[in-house]
Amino acid sequence: MNTWHEVTTLEKIPPLGARVITTNQGDIALFRTAEGDVFALRDRCPHKGGSLSQGIVFGRKVACPLHNWNICLEDGKAVKPDVGCTRSYPVRVENNVVYISLPGAAE
Amino acid sequence: MKEKMKLVMVGNGMAGVRALEELLKLAPDLYEITVFGAEPYPNYNRIMLSPVLAGEQGIQNIILNDLDWYRKNNITLHLNRKVVRIDRKSKTVTAEDGMQARYDRLLLATGSIPFILPVPGKEMDGVIGYRDIEDTNAMIAASEVYRNAVVIGGGLLGLEAANGLALRGMDVSVVHIMPWLMERQLDVNSARMLQAELEARGLKFLFEKQTRELVDDGCGRVRSVRFHDGSEIPADLVVMAVGIRPNTALAESAGIYCNRGIVVNDTMQTFDPSIYAVGECVSHRGTTYGLVAPLFDMARVCANHLACMGYSSYQGTVTATKLKVTGIDLFSAGNFTGSKDTNEIVMQDVAGGKYKKLVLQEDKLVGAVMYGDTKDSSWYLQMIRDGKNVAEIRDGLLFGQSHLGNSGSQGQNLAATMTDGMEVCGCNGICKGKIVRAIKEQGLFTLDEVRKHTKASASCGSCTGLVEQILASTIGGAYAPQSSKVKPLCDCTSHSHEEVRKAIREEKLTSIPQTMSFLNWNTENGCAKCRPALNYYLLCAWPHVAVDDPQSRFINERASANIQKDGTFSVVPRIYGGITSPGQLRRIADVAEKYSVPMIKVTGGQRIDLLGIRKADLPKVWADLDMPSGYAYGKALRTVKTCVGSEWCRFGVQDSTQMGISIERAFDHMWMPHKFKVAVSGCPRNCAESGIKDVGIIGVDSGWEIYVAGNGGIKTVVGQFLVKVQTREEVLEYTGAFAQLYREEAHYLDRSVHYVERVGMDHVKKHILENTANRKALYGRLVEALKGASNPWAKENIHAYEFEPLTVGSM
Ligand code: SRM
Ligand SMILES: Cc1cc2nc3c(=O)[nH]c(=O)nc-3n(C[C@H](O)[C@H](O)[C@H](O)COP(=O)(O)OP(=O)(O)OC[C@H]3O[C@@H](n4cnc5c(N)ncnc54)[C@H](O)[C@@H]3O)c2cc1C
Ligand code: SF4
Ligand code: FES
Repeated sequence: MNTWHEVTTLEKIPPLGARVITTNQGDIALFRTAEGDVFALRDRCPHKGGSLSQGIVFGRKVACPLHNWNICLEDGKAVKPDVGCTRSYPVRVENNVVYISLPGAAE
Repeated sequence: MKEKMKLVMVGNGMAGVRALEELLKLAPDLYEITVFGAEPYPNYNRIMLSPVLAGEQGIQNIILNDLDWYRKNNITLHLNRKVVRIDRKSKTVTAEDGMQARYDRLLLATGSIPFILPVPGKEMDGVIGYRDIEDTNAMIAASEVYRNAVVIGGGLLGLEAANGLALRGMDVSVVHIMPWLMERQLDVNSARMLQAELEARGLKFLFEKQTRELVDDGCGRVRSVRFHDGSEIPADLVVMAVGIRPNTALAESAGIYCNRGIVVNDTMQTFDPSIYAVGECVSHRGTTYGLVAPLFDMARVCANHLACMGYSSYQGTVTATKLKVTGIDLFSAGNFTGSKDTNEIVMQDVAGGKYKKLVLQEDKLVGAVMYGDTKDSSWYLQMIRDGKNVAEIRDGLLFGQSHLGNSGSQGQNLAATMTDGMEVCGCNGICKGKIVRAIKEQGLFTLDEVRKHTKASASCGSCTGLVEQILASTIGGAYAPQSSKVKPLCDCTSHSHEEVRKAIREEKLTSIPQTMSFLNWNTENGCAKCRPALNYYLLCAWPHVAVDDPQSRFINERASANIQKDGTFSVVPRIYGGITSPGQLRRIADVAEKYSVPMIKVTGGQRIDLLGIRKADLPKVWADLDMPSGYAYGKALRTVKTCVGSEWCRFGVQDSTQMGISIERAFDHMWMPHKFKVAVSGCPRNCAESGIKDVGIIGVDSGWEIYVAGNGGIKTVVGQFLVKVQTREEVLEYTGAFAQLYREEAHYLDRSVHYVERVGMDHVKKHILENTANRKALYGRLVEALKGASNPWAKENIHAYEFEPLTVGSM
């Protein structure tokens, strides 16, 4: 079962930037677009496992810092011509508080 | 909903569809688009018809835009429908079958048609031009049942047709009206080399023969070709490859002004302002084109205007051609025939099968022909397109650029001699065969596209020359590097690096959003390529005014440390001039133990690298080290390498160690277009390797020699002598002035070697040596920019959010 968890407040994620959430299911990257939308992806590039949270965010994509694959923030898919996908997690922002939905308990 | 404007395109070929692709990038929703194509196929890669004929490739693999592409982009496509009328009053086009479409804008891209000699018998079966899939299929079918083929025309297209037919088992004769092949590109000797090579492959040649008539076999099919001198040769198939004519019939019938082609201005607009035209059907400034590269340039400009952006202009294209016959290397570009006011440098080695001719006008390269060895073709072409002054390198020009055979490509410098299985890109392990296949099957035309699809040349770039060669030999003249003056900074804009820098300076733009909006960026917030460049350009132009944007920096600069493949970081503190102390070493050792640093390495830059540090530990490591950042992660001043110099060395004539330390301190914290390395040696034995640094300084008895624009990495290049000076102050002033010139003028991510290659050493000397005031001003601007800059590892300069991980549920 998925449960929603509070993670942070919106202003703690820089616009066009990211933060890492450490969880017992591995690191999750939390991105914020210029418009203030927030997305969460598993912090591993489908190419060779680069930390996506360390990449440059633009539009609704992030460029992996290791070999510059572009990954779509919405669904974790690599932008063509590259192929691959990393897991994405539902995120909700209410009153500036960011919540993430994770499977099972994730303290 | 507002009704969209209607765009109708006539001619579903390479130029037109490319214009649509460019338009969709700029303004995806502006038009309702309808396309009419006379052929039954979606847009395909016409130039690959030659490999298809030669049996190296299947028709199914040369489709560039499949039906799905049209559907996805909401383009209404009418195949097999030739447009026969344009009514400019009611703005409608009508197809052969009566179908009509209304337009607000019309784009004509009707290509050209093969010229058919007006000789008796030209309508018979078995007589064709060579233009489309239908012609190619007809040739393949003929090769299965007939024996004798005659190709009329000994130019590029004719030879590719002849080669293909021969490979399919036909007995092929090439008839040419001139005394030697490709007389426009080649002189008689080089043409004979080519002829001998083709004869060895079984082709026959007849020169100075004029066709009188084609003779019937009694059943309406051609049987032979008869010449004016009365002689005759058997022919079951006649391919006319004697030239092409712009296809202007439709435009002319609508009263649109044509003169050889449909006449367009620099915005690709015809004399009717609602009607644009691109491709082989147009005449621009009196020139018509028959190759792909210019069509792509036209498409870009046309799209810019169709998208109502209205600032781009087409200035003509320098074209290049390459014979696509596997195993033969022949290239020509620009004005290769020369004229009264040009002169030539020629190299000819008949026995070795090599020929090279360069055509120069004053100090510029304007044309080139190469046979047998075309490895430098893209280098020459780039110089021709850039109009580069070659006076400085004229002596060695003919011998080419030694940029191939770079590190990591097995010292290879000739793509043609490589087998499919040989590795081209040493970073990504990509073989030649894979690159060739991708180019043919995915329809790739540019270096960037090859990089995207294969990753070859996408990492360190040392194999770029090889990849360009492979691209050029696979797609012939369709490959043309863009003039670097107009090459867009990235896909988000059509402005070049220079234009962007100029706008930032002259329009006083001080932030990234401001710059993007002023220059009409076509993305909301750029990409990973343009944002770091803009951030640097702004900081360089407006020091202390523009505010640094950490989110527009690559992670290394954002975290002031180098990311490693496992996500940990490395830390390289400054050890000025390579001189350390027991205290420093002890602190480094303590930190290494405290944080269980998995590896400590002495770097190639005379300092110490602590590898494998967790990101969250970085601020603590820096605090404990209490040493300044060495910028090993930055596009910035890296190391200043020194030798022991006159203080210790029995040969030393200058105190290189102290000089190195002075330089490293003076120019610390200096952001640059790329990394910047300096070395100082105490005597000409040059133990600090000053010869391959961005600035290399060598002590001599009477002072200091300064060399610039050397490089020790991907492309090893020895620095060029700039000046000899006496004092420490002068060394700082000249070094600083050069660094500032590079900072102000280089494209982001060009090392100083690339920058000086582009602008020329004379330009550098003019600014730094000949004009004292200018040198002092440059140096002054650098000193001003560096004022107040401080160690990024210092507590007050660290953004905590960058390093602290979040956890779930604990807020
Ligand atoms: C650590 C070091 C190797 C070593 O163990 O000795 C090193 C390590 C790296 N080099 Fe280097 N280079 C090191 C000296 C050199 C040198 C020699 C020198 O500086 O005297 C060169 C050739 C000289 C030159 O640059 O002209 C060199 C030419 C390169 C290049 C090719 C640059 C070029 O333009 O040709 C790259 C790739 C790049 O920068 O794009 C590169 C890139 C890298 C990167 C940053 C790769 C990366 O992007 O992650 C490596 C980072 C490892 C790390 O995290 O520390 N490294 N690298 C050396 C650090 C020197 C220092 O103290 O700062
Ligand atoms: C065998 C061969 C090899 C080549 N090799 C090279 C090479 O190596 N390098 C290189 O740079 N170039 C090469 N070219 C040239 C290159 O293919 C052309 O420059 C390019 O295709 C021209 O593009 P275009 O859009 O102007 O014309 P086309 O691609 O010919 O497209 C025009 C289209 O319009 C259609 N059309 C015409 N009139 C109408 C009408 N009234 N209604 C509807 N549709 C109409 C035509 O049927 C055609 O499909 C080669 C050409 C051939 C034939
Ligand atoms: S340190 Fe330099 S040479 Fe060694 S693997 Fe990394 S980039 Fe290549
Ligand atoms: S690991 Fe992300 S691009 Fe290679």
